[in-house]
Amino acid sequence: MLLAFDTATPHVTVALHDGQRVVAQYASSESMRHGEMLAPGIADVLARAGANSWDITAVAVGVGPGPFTGLRVGLVTARTMALALDVPVYGVCSLDILAAAAIDAGLTDFKVATDARRKEVYLASYAEGRRIDGPVVVKPAEAATTETVVGHGALLYPDSFPNVAGPEHPSAAVLAELVVAERFELLDPDPLYLRRPDAVVAHAPKKVS
Amino acid sequence: MSRVTSEPLVLGIETSCDETGVGIVRGHTLLADAVASSVEEHARFGGVVPEVASRAHLEAMVPTLERACADAGIALGDVDAIAVTAGPGLAGALLVGVAAAKALAISLGKPLYGVNHLAAHVAVDQLEHGPLPDPCLAMLVSGGHSSLLRVDDVTSSVTALGATIDDAAGEAFDKVARLLGLPFPGGPHIDRVARGGNAVSIDFPRGLSSRRDLERHRFDFSFSGLKTAVARWVEAREASGEPVPVADVAAAFQEAVVDVLTRKAIDAAVDQGIEDILIGGGVAANSRLRLLAEERASARGLRVRVPRPGLCTDNGAMVAALGSEMVARGRVPSALDLPADSSMPVTHVLS
Ligand SMILES: [Zn+2]
Repeated sequence: MLLAFDTATPHVTVALHDGQRVVAQYASSESMRHGEMLAPGIADVLARAGANSWDITAVAVGVGPGPFTGLRVGLVTARTMALALDVPVYGVCSLDILAAAAIDAGLTDFKVATDARRKEVYLASYAEGRRIDGPVVVKPAEAATTETVVGHGALLYPDSFPNVAGPEHPSAAVLAELVVAERFELLDPDPLYLRRPDAVVAHAPKKVS
Repeated sequence: MSRVTSEPLVLGIETSCDETGVGIVRGHTLLADAVASSVEEHARFGGVVPEVASRAHLEAMVPTLERACADAGIALGDVDAIAVTAGPGLAGALLVGVAAAKALAISLGKPLYGVNHLAAHVAVDQLEHGPLPDPCLAMLVSGGHSSLLRVDDVTSSVTALGATIDDAAGEAFDKVARLLGLPFPGGPHIDRVARGGNAVSIDFPRGLSSRRDLERHRFDFSFSGLKTAVARWVEAREASGEPVPVADVAAAFQEAVVDVLTRKAIDAAVDQGIEDILIGGGVAANSRLRLLAEERASARGLRVRVPRPGLCTDNGAMVAALGSEMVARGRVPSALDLPADSSMPVTHVLS
């Protein structure tokens, strides 16, 4: 079975796919709690499918771009499970997951935008079922378009992206189907940060040793 | 021999700051202690950059797990329990280790123990010097913490007697090293340079040691005033056009720190009626601190335990050591929704 999850948005989404179809799904009830919710979500889909960890034959993970802290929870979980279970791990650009859902909904030429915070969005362009540009991190005003834009990033900036369609957040069920069908490029499980780290030194009370 | 092999095999993960540590123990026997450090990436900033540390933890996690298993000669599937630092520490850094530990617990179907980093610094000594005496007085001194703890049971009962009210001891070492043009982290360089200096040539202040301070802060520390005093002394020297006697400044500064640390630790032990003092954390690697602590303790009939330097700094072995003790004492494992708690109090040993 393929275990798939994405943590590149404020939400956690998990799915289990048996090669034919998605057999169990989990969506976090709270946002910005990746560290707390991903592992119970994985345990939940396994339990609901009546499966054990050793039934997992591959792991798929959204590699972002997305807020770093949550993104790393997904990636370290995927890499560590793949090591412990001795199974392959596939990375997929998280914007491609939204794009796959948009294509299933009938769109062909469109952009995908997710929230990059700091008044910016992560953006990629799609045509004829594949990614032709991006992902990049940009200011909405600099990427303003009347083209159809999919994703929560479009909803946040209606002045720049007036034509919004399709799903708001990526779904692990779509991720699982996308990987099984190899609809988009499968990547190594490496994070797409797209930004350099802020070089702010930790202030003392937080550093413990 | 059969008793030894029947003891649980515990893997511990530590990511609270800039070291990615994976340790493996069987009972009190250390089998592997793999550490990957991002310290060099932080050096040019003069301190730890949280985002840089978190990125490094993600990259180091799988290679460090693999190295620890290879060193211990085991497969991950052999592990009986997983322990991980749940706090305190840098939030984003802790989260990488906690998520990796949960991934192992789910994959292997084994219990997870989210433990306190400070208690782990205490528990690690069991790997070197055997079971901890109950109670013991622990002094943890590092780049982020300076605490005096009463440890009645390292898996369930740790009481804070005192702590720093401003800078941590290790932080003072870093800042003074910078002032003297020595590299980061400053502790080992001050220790080395101080050996050629005269510790009594300059009289630097001993923080929170006056009679009035002792009334309110008997077991607390303060190193901020000392750091400022060193800075003023060096500036005055430079202003007068005279060369700065780096070795003397380093020695006198170090003496001021270890004088206060050892005096307060021994006072706390005597006050609590405890005969065993354990020193841990990165600053415990300081040679002068070890020497003075042993001298002063033996003069009072007390015993001092200090793990070897490699076990004093942050590592996975200490987390595995505490996890092993959790298993041995039948503590209840953590739930899969275990949070990383950046300000986890020391009284909270297991999450
Ligand atoms: Zn520490």
